[in-house]
Amino acid sequence: MKAAAAEGGGPCRADGDDSLYPIAVLIDELRNEDVQPPLESLATVEETVVRDKAVESLRKISQEHSPVDLEVHFEPLVKRLASGDWFTSRTSACGLFSVCYPRVSSTVKAEIRQHFRTLCSDDTPMVRRAAASKLGEFAKVLELDYIKSDIISLFTALASDEQDSVRLLAVEACVSIATLLPQEDLETLVMPTLRQAAEDKSWRVRYMVADKFSELQKAVGPEITKNDLVPAFQNLLKDCEAEVRAAAANKVKEFCENLPEDNREQIIMTHILPCVKELVSDTNQHVKSALASVIMGLSTILGKDNTIEHLLPLFLAQLKDECPEVRLNIISNLDCVNEVIGIRQLSQSLLPAIVELAEDAKWRVRLAIIEYMPLLAGQLGVEFFDEKLNTLCMAWLIDHVYAIREAATCNLMKLVEKFGAEWAQNTIVPKVLGMANDPNYLHRMTTLFCINALSEACGQDITTKQMLPVVLKMSNDQVANVRFNVAKSLQKIGPVLDSNALQAEVKPVLEKLATDTDMDVKYFAQEAISATRAVFALHAAAPSPPVLDANFEKQMEQQAVCFH
Amino acid sequence: MGEDAESPKINHTFLRDYVTEADVISTVEFNQTGDLLATGDKGGRVVIFQRETESKGEYEEAGETGDSGEYNVYSTFQSHEPDFDYLKSLEIEEKINKIRWLPQQNAAHFLLSTNDKTIKLWKVSERDKRPEGYNLKDEEGRIKDISTITSLQVPVLKPTDLMVEVRPRRVFSNGHTYHVNSISVNSDGETYLSADDLRINMWHLGITDRSFNIVDIKPANMEDLTEVITSAEFHPHHCHLFVYSSSKGTLRLCDMRASALCDKHTKLFEEPEDPGSRSFFSEIISSVSDVKFSHNGRYLLTRDYLTAKVWDLHMDKGPVETYQVHEYLRSKLCSLYENDCIFDKFECVWNSSDSVIMTGAYNSFFRMFDRETGRGVTLEAWRESSKPRAVLRTRRVYTGGKRRRGDVGVDSLDFSKKILHMAWHPSENIIAIAATNNLYIFQDRVNPETHVP
Repeated sequence: MKAAAAEGGGPCRADGDDSLYPIAVLIDELRNEDVQPPLESLATVEETVVRDKAVESLRKISQEHSPVDLEVHFEPLVKRLASGDWFTSRTSACGLFSVCYPRVSSTVKAEIRQHFRTLCSDDTPMVRRAAASKLGEFAKVLELDYIKSDIISLFTALASDEQDSVRLLAVEACVSIATLLPQEDLETLVMPTLRQAAEDKSWRVRYMVADKFSELQKAVGPEITKNDLVPAFQNLLKDCEAEVRAAAANKVKEFCENLPEDNREQIIMTHILPCVKELVSDTNQHVKSALASVIMGLSTILGKDNTIEHLLPLFLAQLKDECPEVRLNIISNLDCVNEVIGIRQLSQSLLPAIVELAEDAKWRVRLAIIEYMPLLAGQLGVEFFDEKLNTLCMAWLIDHVYAIREAATCNLMKLVEKFGAEWAQNTIVPKVLGMANDPNYLHRMTTLFCINALSEACGQDITTKQMLPVVLKMSNDQVANVRFNVAKSLQKIGPVLDSNALQAEVKPVLEKLATDTDMDVKYFAQEAISATRAVFALHAAAPSPPVLDANFEKQMEQQAVCFH
Repeated sequence: MGEDAESPKINHTFLRDYVTEADVISTVEFNQTGDLLATGDKGGRVVIFQRETESKGEYEEAGETGDSGEYNVYSTFQSHEPDFDYLKSLEIEEKINKIRWLPQQNAAHFLLSTNDKTIKLWKVSERDKRPEGYNLKDEEGRIKDISTITSLQVPVLKPTDLMVEVRPRRVFSNGHTYHVNSISVNSDGETYLSADDLRINMWHLGITDRSFNIVDIKPANMEDLTEVITSAEFHPHHCHLFVYSSSKGTLRLCDMRASALCDKHTKLFEEPEDPGSRSFFSEIISSVSDVKFSHNGRYLLTRDYLTAKVWDLHMDKGPVETYQVHEYLRSKLCSLYENDCIFDKFECVWNSSDSVIMTGAYNSFFRMFDRETGRGVTLEAWRESSKPRAVLRTRRVYTGGKRRRGDVGVDSLDFSKKILHMAWHPSENIIAIAATNNLYIFQDRVNPETHVP
């Protein structure tokens, strides 16, 4: 299904039921059994959120009752709701059975079971849906005998309901019921229904089975998994509906991980891997994307040799997929593979894929790659990076889209943290500073942003000797935006510089900018001056500070007066 | 091809006609019990009529006043306002295209109404009590002067005159690029579909910001467009089946269990074209204007320009029954094309036991066909020709043979008086006919209820 995004108002604000929602919450706070009557009527309104909250509050109240009070006050309420005329009260009743059952007498228990049975075969699908969704929870509080005698027949009936929406809720209940029953009963009591659900005509039911597959696997245990779930999983991976295949593909890694150890590898190689190979060339991109996000995890399960022989071709195929999301999902999970076979094996095919993604037409794809760059760089090592990826990172700095330039700047900072200041000085700082002469003012500004980001990581020496001169030179730039960013940069890198530089070089430039013709330049220069004054004070407090220039302060005050 | 003779067994009583404001009625729909009847008009208003409860025991004799199952105005509200699409610089009409009632879930009633773009869910509820005795407000709602308050009282609920309140509960907007022509509520009680010219969406009644697209027949290149969706409906019992009709005269039955996107139909219903009768207008008059499932879910009723057809769901090669509504117009197709009448979209309805079908025509005529005998009857919804509570005469269009008194010649048919919209009570023989701005309600007194076997 394609979801078409549609704006719309929510329930229109009007008095009536919407205003009952806060009351339902308030009553929850009061927690008095006298509060039950209003909650009972709230549990019958047509607005679902109000009913749900009322039911929640009633559940909490039931915990506060003594067993006697439960029978006297609470259970009659549940009975009334369960026999209500309108389906709204009956749906609310479904949520209340499990909380009052454990602590009441056995006659009352029998009544409750009877009511639940009736609701499971109610005329309206809404009530049956509510019953099906609470079936698991109710089963958890029942005695084992009653689970076998009552719940199983209800479960089977709901799982064969004519309404798709009821059947798919029964699948969820299947997990709870399977966990509660002893292993030997599963085959007769639960498995037939589960097999039926996995082959249901409605794709939505099959989707639920796929979605809950890991829970089902844990609940039924290794023997049944081997005999039943493996073939079922294969079928889901080959399902005719793409949504189902995608849901199953998402579970591949978890399913394989939870297979019994003794023949895990054999099962995967014989049964699962062939299906996975098919999925790599699926027609639907969501299926491939779902597979790509988990397929790398198989390498840890299968080990080095199998990974190289069988999985590696799949990874490479997905790396070349036309859909960018698929390629991204592969790249983001490289660490699993790295553990097993080492990144060198992949690097030759990896690089073209990375380059392609880095130059993708969609900027969000480019952005995602930038975010993985520090991780990749760390895994690949500095030589590889310098040789192959450096140009990419520089190219991003002059991308058309601002978000990319910003991310690229941040990326550089992380790289410097990884590889160190010396590396930065040799490889990236010259290029960054070279951009200061670019005819495009946006690129010149990027230089300043990079300097902002890198100064701390690079350290005082590099900042003062190499970066500062460039910044100061740009204070004469003809574009005002550049000039006020110079002021901002000086403010940012001020703390990194030594006080001599601050005094001798920064101060005069800031003073000059403070007299600029452009209002914004003047403003930011002023801001920078106030900030650097604070830095001066900091230095003054330190052991061997420079002597403050008394005139400097007076000049600043005078200029401050002019601007206010 | 002669017109069928009057049937003396049917005794229709014309109850009353209702004149709404000068606006043309665009849709009519009974609710599931038949106690409420909703009409929508071109001005975006919805008028709901309620059936007065019958007096105990026998039916009133014709001519006596007093309530005897009559429909009176229950509530009126403005459902949609005229709107403007700024992106395309197009006006969005407020005309109500369809109204569908939801199955009743509590004392209030819910209905969906739609114009070309937006579907709204309305709650119709009665209020017969109101709180009185506030401390800070007086009876008219004005704030009291605090100094006059000397004691504290608890407000109580007092009975008042019955008030009918209508409030919008959900607004489902921005789901459609083209004009919405149908809505249909699913038997699962929580979803419904809406169809426009090229797409069908499925909505959940509780979720307004998302809908799922289940059919999309928009071609990649709009120049390849050859057919559009004209009507769509869910099966009355099976939550996974729905049918949609096209402008090419085909019906497609889709099973939502098979796949998420139902572009590929499960069954295609198409009558093979008779090469002998092919003409320039063949394709236009084959366009299906309305499709309805029978109450038992076994048959489909479709209306194209000249005929009404009944299809068996189990047979897709052609209809099982074809009824000529106004075959005499076949020779007039050229002039009908000139005045655009050939594009009129007539609705069709089943009766409660699926034994009779009904559809509209021109000159304020409408036609009923008895499926067992195959015979049809022409009736007229026109105030001048009948008095309230009088038996409705059958009419005839003269097409040859012996001319009888009261016959109308084909050339004297008034094509501006079209009966496009109609509804049949879900269990009784009561029909509601919309004729431009008038609503006519007819009731069969002799056989008021048809017993469903």
